[in-house]
Amino acid sequence: MAATQVVRSEWTKIRSVASTVWTLSLAVVVTIALGVLISLLSKHEFDNLGAEDKLSFDPTFISFAGMTLGQLAMIVFGVLVVSNEYSTGMIRTSLAAVPQRGTFLFSKIAVATGLAFVVGLATSFVTFFLGQAMLGEHRAELGDPGVLRAVFGGGLYMTLIAVFSMGVAAMLRSPMLSLGILMPFFFLISNILGNVGATEKIGRYLPDQAGSKIMQVVTPVDDDTPYGPWGGLGIMALWTVAALAGGYLLLKKRDA
Amino acid sequence: MIEAVGLTKRYGAKTAVYNLSFQVRPGAVTGFLGPNGSGKSTTMRMILGLDNPSSGQVTIGGYPYRKLPNAARQVGALLDAKAVHGGRHARSHLLSLAQLSGIPARRVDEVLGVVGLQDVAKKRSKGFSLGMGQRLGIAAALLGDPQVLLFDEPVNGLDPEGILWVRNLMKALAAEGRTVFVSSHLMSEMALTADHLIVIGRGQLLSDMSVKDFISANSADFARVRTPDTEPQQREKLTASLTEAGGQVLPEQDGALRVTGLPLPRISDLAHDSDVRLWELSPHQASLEEAYMRMTQGAVDYRSTIDPKAGLQQPLPPGAQPPMPVPGQGQAGWYAPPAPQHGGPPYAPPQGQPMPQGQPPAGPYGAPAPGAPAPGQPQPNPYAQAAPQAPAQPSAAPAADLTKKSEDAR
Repeated sequence: MAATQVVRSEWTKIRSVASTVWTLSLAVVVTIALGVLISLLSKHEFDNLGAEDKLSFDPTFISFAGMTLGQLAMIVFGVLVVSNEYSTGMIRTSLAAVPQRGTFLFSKIAVATGLAFVVGLATSFVTFFLGQAMLGEHRAELGDPGVLRAVFGGGLYMTLIAVFSMGVAAMLRSPMLSLGILMPFFFLISNILGNVGATEKIGRYLPDQAGSKIMQVVTPVDDDTPYGPWGGLGIMALWTVAALAGGYLLLKKRDA
Repeated sequence: MIEAVGLTKRYGAKTAVYNLSFQVRPGAVTGFLGPNGSGKSTTMRMILGLDNPSSGQVTIGGYPYRKLPNAARQVGALLDAKAVHGGRHARSHLLSLAQLSGIPARRVDEVLGVVGLQDVAKKRSKGFSLGMGQRLGIAAALLGDPQVLLFDEPVNGLDPEGILWVRNLMKALAAEGRTVFVSSHLMSEMALTADHLIVIGRGQLLSDMSVKDFISANSADFARVRTPDTEPQQREKLTASLTEAGGQVLPEQDGALRVTGLPLPRISDLAHDSDVRLWELSPHQASLEEAYMRMTQGAVDYRSTIDPKAGLQQPLPPGAQPPMPVPGQGQAGWYAPPAPQHGGPPYAPPQGQPMPQGQPPAGPYGAPAPGAPAPGQPQPNPYAQAAPQAPAQPSAAPAADLTKKSEDAR
């Protein structure tokens, strides 16, 4: 009863601010446009690749290349959905209306997650089909083994990255602080940790590195990652659950 | 009914609210008064279950807020008029709050009409003035048609018409049997709106009584009597004679006498009998604002200091007279004396004596030498009080007399 009320209210909130439309459309446009561009470039580069690279050529994964940037817009969406309450002071009005703080937080996150999932899934399918169209003869089909899982997983990946950001924002409250930590982390630090030999073994347990495994169809030749596609997504889901739990515990405990 | 028992809130080493106990009853407007930073908003947040008290408790209708069944329909609150997402339309803002409490959307349009915002319902609230924001916040508080209403500084930023409207709204809500709890730092506003007053300072209870009692306890009628400035012995003579007749006489800054306990005709007769000429005999009433200031002056956290304007003062053109300060005006720490029937200050003791009489009040613009403010000398703060009046005020004593009278006072 209370939860449905909060869900309806949160739906009104989320659709009545411009930032929702802006961040989500930016995520869609960037992911698709960059995916198409990189697919097109990869097609022309294919003949110049070495034998090993040709073996591990993964047309599905290539069409998702835009997600490295598109996910940043998803992060902004996730952060703003939660931290808007704090930066405006609405949180006091909201919590006065719904003293059950857990119900409030999780209903809010459920609404935003649903929206992120729909947008993420649609983006994932569109970027796959457009990307494959650009790849021409090197394309993959949706019916090929593992491809449907990868495309569906692309939608899940975008959703989880947004939910993880919501959890972090619920802990940190300030939008500037949350974005200041999340953006450089996912854009730079995670990539650096994942590509430097010494830290690679730690880096691949970071949420984005582990989660993006779901979008791989062809495993690279010398790949020694100890988890599979769903295992990777599971690791990302654990990160998300941890962030949400942290956000919930802090919200429950501290003064609004 | 809101009931606080031993409510205490500490933020680290700072105690924001200490051992506060009070009741807010239905059917009346209860004013919640205190200087800035005295703990009013913290108390309001604790009532709404937003902040957890360090000790003590506060309940609404017997329940702590977080345990209150259907809280949003029982309690409506305006905490901060600016706590709105600026990019959201006024109507969407209210609609989201209505849905949060299971209130039908029809009610949103009703309250928009009640607060007079129906024409800007589809406008983004970042374009709202502070007064419009207050109206939006009041609309949010009224959404659930609650029996208990809390308003934190509702008249801030409102125009006179809006202030009158809020005042009537509060009274109407209370007349319907609701509990109305309004915080303010404006005594004058509360004197007109509230039926009951709770005054706090530094987080502690200073006074909890009805406005009627507050007025009779604190507002003192007095007569201002002025004898010829040139003849100080006349003033002493009159003082003696008035005191003998049972009046209480307090000297004022500018040499006038503040007389309580004697009606005006009697003062006139006594003066006549003692052969003292009067330059002024006028009735006055110490305002509630003064009573409130006196009560809270020991508990003001954010007191402004003198602006020495070091290095910023323009040298006066040669021959120009510095503007004359008006005695008794702009003097920090000078409030009306306490009501005489109490024989002393009822609550907070005044901070020592009123300004020493022997010191000519160095006005902010009458500093002796430009660029050299006398250090250590208590100076009135030009911003802490009403602006000093024009020097040409008829009742103001000429500056020449000022020093003379200062000597008299010793």
